[in-house]
Amino acid sequence: MAKNNVIGIVSYGAHVPRYRIKSSDIARAWGKDPDTIINGLGINEKSVPSIDQDVATISVEAARAALARCDIDPQDIDAIYVGSESHPYAVKPTGTIVGEAIGATPDLKVADYEFACKAGTAAIQSCMALVKADMAKYGMAIGSDTSQAAPGDALEYAASAGGAAFIIGNKNVIASINYTCSFTTDTPDFWRREGRKYPSHGGRFTGEPAYFKHIVSCTKNLMNHVGTKPEDYNYAIFHQPNGKFPVRVAKMLGFSPEQVKQGLLCPFIGNTYSGASMLGLASVLDIAKPGDRIMVTSYGSGAGSDSFDITVTEKIDKMNREKAPLVSQLIQDKEYIDYATYAKFRDLLYWE
Amino acid sequence: MTDAAVPRFWREIPQRYNLIANQCGVCKKVYFPPRESCPYCRRKSMDKMKTIKLSGKGEVVTYTIIYDAPEQFEGQSPYPIAIIKLDEGPKITAQIVDCDNKDVKIGMKVQSTFRKIQEDGSVGAIYYGYKFKSVK
Amino acid sequence: MREVAVIGVGLTEFGELWDKSFRQLIAEAGSKAIFDSGIGAREIDALYVGSMSAGRFIGQEHVGALVADQAGFSHMHIPAIRVESACASGGLAFRQGYLSVASGINDIVVVGGIEKMTDVTGNAASDILATSMDQEWETFFGATYAGIYAMIANRHMHEYGTTREQLAQVAVKNHANGALNPYAQFKRPIELKSVLNAPMVASPLGMFDCSPLSDGAAAVVLCSMDKVKKYTDKPVKIIGSGQASDMLPLHGRDSLCTFEATVYAAKAAYKQAGIQPKDVDVAEVHDCFTIAEILAVEDLGFVKKGDGGKAIENKITTLDGQIPVNTSGGLKAKGHPVGATGVAQIAEIVFQLRNGADKRQVKDARIGLAHNIGGGGASCVVHILEAMKK
Repeated sequence: MAKNNVIGIVSYGAHVPRYRIKSSDIARAWGKDPDTIINGLGINEKSVPSIDQDVATISVEAARAALARCDIDPQDIDAIYVGSESHPYAVKPTGTIVGEAIGATPDLKVADYEFACKAGTAAIQSCMALVKADMAKYGMAIGSDTSQAAPGDALEYAASAGGAAFIIGNKNVIASINYTCSFTTDTPDFWRREGRKYPSHGGRFTGEPAYFKHIVSCTKNLMNHVGTKPEDYNYAIFHQPNGKFPVRVAKMLGFSPEQVKQGLLCPFIGNTYSGASMLGLASVLDIAKPGDRIMVTSYGSGAGSDSFDITVTEKIDKMNREKAPLVSQLIQDKEYIDYATYAKFRDLLYWE
Repeated sequence: MTDAAVPRFWREIPQRYNLIANQCGVCKKVYFPPRESCPYCRRKSMDKMKTIKLSGKGEVVTYTIIYDAPEQFEGQSPYPIAIIKLDEGPKITAQIVDCDNKDVKIGMKVQSTFRKIQEDGSVGAIYYGYKFKSVK
Repeated sequence: MREVAVIGVGLTEFGELWDKSFRQLIAEAGSKAIFDSGIGAREIDALYVGSMSAGRFIGQEHVGALVADQAGFSHMHIPAIRVESACASGGLAFRQGYLSVASGINDIVVVGGIEKMTDVTGNAASDILATSMDQEWETFFGATYAGIYAMIANRHMHEYGTTREQLAQVAVKNHANGALNPYAQFKRPIELKSVLNAPMVASPLGMFDCSPLSDGAAAVVLCSMDKVKKYTDKPVKIIGSGQASDMLPLHGRDSLCTFEATVYAAKAAYKQAGIQPKDVDVAEVHDCFTIAEILAVEDLGFVKKGDGGKAIENKITTLDGQIPVNTSGGLKAKGHPVGATGVAQIAEIVFQLRNGADKRQVKDARIGLAHNIGGGGASCVVHILEAMKK
């Protein structure tokens, strides 16, 4: 627990691609009733990356946004970890592309992270450890995805694209990370085999024994350790595979819908996988005030959750958050495409 | 591009990712991509070329919408290609993104952004670099 | 420097010539030129060949040696030189041949131009043509050969008010001329509305604003002026030759609406010939795209900068106009086997100046100009020829 040496978020940045496809258009393509889908999933539309966007480009945009909000010399970023389940290469890191694009190379530690939707928050934990151990002045953790869903599968309504970057350090911290813990088991609720294009999942098995069990356990463990109750928090951000689960898990834990609202982006941009919890946190930081307390619990299939107890410092008021796009602006900056264009962008039609 | 030489495009990463240019120490003219010496000052400029990073801000001086695209760009057509005059002086050829084809205009102000340029098929390398989006 | 004349020309038909290989095409054009000239094989001092990209079109380099072989001259161990300047390869080969005779090194040379473009797919051919552009900073980012010219067109329209209709009229005129040319790839006239409604390639250029992919070869025989009487009483004298270069990528040029390479090459040729643009009676210019002909008539000084569109609209450049341009049908209708074009242009001028252009004949044509461009204007070769008085 960092008491005298405050470790936390020094800056943050987000990126969501502009294209959107409405759930109703996807439903109509597959002969499903749009209202049933939208009411059931709580997702109105999702973000779609264009052909020339991928996890590398989204990560670079988010990283550059984070740098735009602070005065950090990119050469002082000593580590970059990019977490995703749709890295452009199976072998060749995304982190080096980001490192070159922001001018942080060559004195830089890089590795790519994978843990379904919580790869980015795992990267945050590693950056915290590096800073605490004095092995990095600043570390950058990025969670970003352009996940594919099999055409016609239920996941198609949610799997979207987006990412967020967090610069972790112990100087000029705008939001201190008081404590972090994880809850991990070997639970095969959702997976993708090597070489396959689309993931598989266990249907209803992904609910109670997977998502809910890990988020609830991890969050409870954190609150027990830190000695807090749900009402101590201004905001709660949970992983958002659809628009309903985060509200339900919040209720199970004793959080209110109001606490969850600011960080709940899924209804507007879908599930950005490794970007989800981190974009939710970015959305909260866009409006947070000094003293605000934030709970973040991510979830990654396979399975595990990372929880963070965060307190916003007075340094956030010194930051000009408008120097990079706010999450609300990224959500509003949109252009609709139809299913045919979506199929072309997401490479659903081509074959070797 | 099938047997693309990876080193050939690796060398230009500073240019494609960060618009790294250079400037003649004598006449101050800016060159992108960087040149070994200034064509106007020639030997006087040797060893006096200074590396600089361009802002990525510029203006469209001409453009076209490409309909008949090469294989690597097929999925994107029709797309706009423009010659952009950057604020620092040099002109550059690049795609315009995040803009309706019918809204691309001569005189439009643009800003560089980081995108995937092309891939060497499904097994070769992926090349990233600059494209430009319109700014208000 | 000695005076040099063209004493013989030969062409194959241009088109998609599935039955004819690279080797057959150059042999056909070469032998036609040699027969036309009346020279004997042993009198040839050297062969010059223009070919842009045999290496990529047919996987064959060492084209000079190949052509000498196909011509049947290898056992005479004749020097053979392959010249490349993208689409100006033919024109440059002609200039190099001319300079070698003018300088006294050779007395008689044969200059050929050849391209076999249909042994690869259309997509591959487009990629190969694009190698005449800046591969690192233009085509890498998605610009195409047509795209570069389309950007010139858009800027020209923006600066001078040139219209799509004017661009289309260039295609209509050249097809009308091509219909009279037995060597042309396209021998049918086309209507303005077909050009305007053709599928878009790169706006504002549609399919009929673009020259085709073609196979073909052309050859000419050059002889020093003091020896021509032995072979012909209709030599056509080369009175001006100019060549110039410019920045490879279009974005590197100062003006996007002027090919300075044309301006400088033409200036040198006019100066050597001692003539003005208005003295030219007939011209073959490089219309790889319709906009290129509009630029050419301006840059060669036939009309003021910006008036190229008006010129075609006012029918200044038609067969019976003030300055007939592309009587052969141009690259647009005659075809554009890249390396052959520059030499084929010379052949057409020679036909005109010898009064042998048949239904395309320009009355009393005495001075002719050939204008050959490389890629997007980064190189240019201009030649001026004069008919000898009877």
